Parts: sequence; structure tokens; C-alpha cells
Amino acid sequence: MAPFPPRFLPLSWSRRFTTVLVFLTLTALALLMIGVPIGWMALTAFKERSQIFAWPPVYWPDPVRWQNFSDVLTQIPLARFALNSLFIAVMNIVGNLFSCTLVAFAFARLRFPGRNTLFLLLLATLMIPGQIMLLPRFVVFQTLGWVGSYLPLIVPSFFGNAFFIFLMRQYIMTIPRDLDEAARIDGASTWDVFSKIILPLCVPPMMVTAVLTFLWNWNEFLDPLIYISDYDAYTVQLGLNMLKGRYNIQWNLIMAGSLLGVIPPAVLYFFAQKYLIGGIASVGLKG
Amino acid sequence: MLRRIHLRPATREAIEGYLGISPWLIGFLIFTAGPFLASLVLSFTDWQITVPPRWVGLDNYVRIFTKDPDFWQSMRVTFTYVALSLPLNLAAGLGLSLLLNHPVPGMRIFRTLFYLPVVLSGVSVALMWMWLLNPEYGVANTLLAMVGIQGPNWFWSPDWALPSVALMSLWRVGGGAIIYLAGLQNIPPHLYEAAEIDGAGPLAKLRHVTLPMLSPTIFFQLVMELIDAFQVFTAVYVITGGGPARATLFYMFFMFRAAFEDFDMGYASALAWIMALIIMGFTALVFRSSPLWVYYESEGKGS
Repeated sequence: MAPFPPRFLPLSWSRRFTTVLVFLTLTALALLMIGVPIGWMALTAFKERSQIFAWPPVYWPDPVRWQNFSDVLTQIPLARFALNSLFIAVMNIVGNLFSCTLVAFAFARLRFPGRNTLFLLLLATLMIPGQIMLLPRFVVFQTLGWVGSYLPLIVPSFFGNAFFIFLMRQYIMTIPRDLDEAARIDGASTWDVFSKIILPLCVPPMMVTAVLTFLWNWNEFLDPLIYISDYDAYTVQLGLNMLKGRYNIQWNLIMAGSLLGVIPPAVLYFFAQKYLIGGIASVGLKG
Repeated sequence: MLRRIHLRPATREAIEGYLGISPWLIGFLIFTAGPFLASLVLSFTDWQITVPPRWVGLDNYVRIFTKDPDFWQSMRVTFTYVALSLPLNLAAGLGLSLLLNHPVPGMRIFRTLFYLPVVLSGVSVALMWMWLLNPEYGVANTLLAMVGIQGPNWFWSPDWALPSVALMSLWRVGGGAIIYLAGLQNIPPHLYEAAEIDGAGPLAKLRHVTLPMLSPTIFFQLVMELIDAFQVFTAVYVITGGGPARATLFYMFFMFRAAFEDFDMGYASALAWIMALIIMGFTALVFRSSPLWVYYESEGKGS
């Protein structure tokens, strides 16, 4: 059997059968794993209270009760919390983009003694699970008097993130050095090379960094739980956690709130997934 | 600024290099290395946060290992969870990636959908699962009842609470699958062609080509999922509170309670160090075992 590009020949029957089988399996899995849970959450969010507890179960909300959302929003200032979350996420994006590009550039392009050792150290920190650092960091922020403010949630991003530095460094390594050298011959300084040549070419890894930073910060629960005490300063996740206590069995309202909480990351994800899945697969990462 | 001072180009480049990496280096010292060592010292103290720490030597560690039944319970819970969720996640992730590697119509949509749970985490998802697995009105037990099975009490049953958390983690299997998929797509097609010429069927190809070529990726995922198992927190905090009957007293949650509910920071620091040692130990073990089963191409580009 000589190798041939399959698409130029009619597919054999067994191949076609496999394709149909795989397609059906994936469809069934997607329905069961993604469709059912998210659909159930969304449908519940529009139901009346009596319909949640009905037997036999009522699948479609009738009537559709939009009021669930306004009920939740009057009980818990989720819009306010969303702004807080957004603020923290944007500051982290700014911090990460600033610091990670610079550090990655230095590691990728500049020669200095100890560079390889330091880069190995950076890679080693990638292996340190975040939760080990939870308590030690709290102690530092406690000593600095930052507990109760947003500073512990924002400031570290300005000192870079090992994962994003690694991602960008790998990307910069693929940019031909000829570009730098041509600019240097024209008298460009290192800063010029960084800001005028490398940075404009780094848009794809910067996109991945920005999107992931947003998603991580939006979904983060433990850090805000530890550092934020003021109700007005709550993030979305802290607010959603209060839903449970407030509406003990009003699952329609709880699901309405939860649905509101997942809409921003879901929308962002669907717009950015082209960048994201490629970028993630290339370096190996999961959320 | 540096341009005005006359420096040898190599010296200037070195200075610029250090300046460039300085944010990370300073951050590493302040937010990682420093706190890490400080917490080791604190683990030998009694520190109730409001009063200054007092040196107590090995007291915290002695108390943890001999007088704290919750510590052993949290170890049991965490390791049972690892034993349950790790093989499940590895196998399911691998299986899903094999499906996703097959060219079918709408592939982009499938990949996007299966990865969705990874970007939706946090409290919303915990609440969603709490409702899905509601013993009386949740969709899981509703569907089970339709086929005549009486569903369990899930998070509210001491026997089922831990498997329920594992089930929740399986929802994010798309994250692992995407990584396996990248590994699968790096396998050179000529290996499959050669195997076909030798008369290998689909199973033989999986066993003798796919799995060996994928072993570095599997190895990477094994380490990552191991670390993940020690991170379980939000689900426990939001859904079960460690119960019922301490059945979901995960290590992370147990440590959190010691630190931020009992404010016993010295004790919690000792717990953090024990966790660090366990994770490092297991990671080392996985690394040490890798020559036995991880296959690297001798002239491969490396990953």
C-alpha cells in the first residue's frame, strides 16, 4: 500500500464507517457532557420555583421567568462585583504583558552570565504548585500590611509569571535574529529592538497571555477569599458564593446568578479560542 | 542612558540583560523564595497571627502526626481521590483525544466544546454541579430514574461525596485531551504507514506506535494531574464544607481551615511544608520512574 493523500481518493467503506462512528460518539459525548449540564443550568435559571421541584420533571420553563435575573441582581450587587473582578483582571493583564514581554525578551535575546541557570530556575518555579505558596505569601502580605486590599491580587503580576515568560520566550526564539541585527546596524538600541521590532511581532502570545490572565482572575476564588474582607470590594466569585447561603433552596435564582457568572468567560473564550487552544497545546497547559 | 557611558558591548549587554529580567528575579525573591523559607521558620513557631510568633521547635509537627485525627483523614481523602481521579482522567483524556484526532466534520466545534469546562471554573460551576447532583431534583438522578435506577445522594452521602468530586473533575477532561492531541499530531505519519505495511491493525498501532510516542505527554500530564489533586478547594469549600462526616476533608481545605479559620499560622505553615514535601516527593518519584516507560526519540526536538 503506497502512501497517498486520502482526500483525493474516495474513502473506503470501513474508513467512512469509522468516521460516522466517531462523529456520532463525539456528538453523544458533547450532548451528555456539555449540553446536559449547561442546558440544565440555563433552563433552571428561567424557571418558576414550582417548576424546579415538579414531578414528573418540567424541562422547558413555562412561563420563561426573566425576573429571576433581576431578583438576583437586587439581592446581590453582582454588577458591582463584576466591575471589581474586571478591574483586578485588567490590572493583572497590564502587569503580565509589561513584565513578561520584557523578561522573555531578555532571556531570548540578550547574553549575560548565568542566563541559562536563571532560566532553569524559572522553569523550576513552573513546577511549584500554587497552593504551596498560598500561606507563605499570605505571611508576606500580612507583614506588608496589604491584607484587605487588592494589592496582593494585583502587584505580583507586575513581577511576571513564569508560565507566560516561558510562552513568550519560546515565541521570541522563533523570530529571526536578522531583524534585530539589521536594526542594530542602523543604530537601534536594545530598547528600540525590544519595543519597535520584537514587541509588535509578539501579538499572538500576548493575546494568549491576556485571555488566560482574564480567565484565571475571573474564576479565582481562594485568593480573593483570603485577601478581600470588604463587601463592596467582593469579586464575582465571592458574590456567587453568597448565593448559596441566601437562597437555600431557590435553585432557579442560584442558577440565574451562576449563569451570569459564566457568561463573560464563555463569551471571551468563544471569541479567542482560535488563539487559545493553539497556544495552550503548543506549550502544554490546562486551566 | 547607558549609551552615554562608554562600556564594552558585552558588559552593556549583560547589564541590559539583568535589567530586563529584574522584574522576574525580584519577584522571585520577594514572592517565592523569601516566603518559602520564611514559612519554614514559621512552621517551628506558635503564631496566632495577632500575637508575635513564639519558637516551639518541632511541636507543630509532633501535634500534626500524633494528635490531629483530621490530618490523617485529610491524607486519606486526598490520596483516595488521587487513586480514583488520576487513572480516570488519564484514560478519559487519552480516549477523548483519540476521538478528536480523527478527521470528522465539525471538528473545530467539538474541540471548542470539550475545552469549554476548563475555562469555566469557579463558584458558578460548583453551584451548577451541586444542582445537577441534587439527590431529589437534579438532572443526574432524574435521568437515572427514567431508566429505573435510584440515584445516590452524591455530595450528601459519606460514600458518594468523594466520587462526586472526582466526577466533577472529569468534566474538565477536555483540558488533558487537548494536550494529548498536540502530542498525537506530532507523531510522524510514516510510523503508522510502516506499521500498516507490517500488517498491524488499529489496536496494534495504538499499542506499539501511539502509546510509546505519546508517553512523554502522558508523563507530563501525570505530574500535572497529581499536583492538581492537591489543589481541590473551591468545590469543597462551596459544596460540601469537607463533609459529610469529613468524607471530603481535602488537604487543601484542611490547611485553609487551620490558617484562616483557626488563625493557627504556625501550625498551618507546617501543614504547607508537609504538602510541599509530599508533592515534591511524588514528582521526583514520577521522574525517577520515567526511564522505565517514557520513550524519547533519540534525535527528537525535545519538548
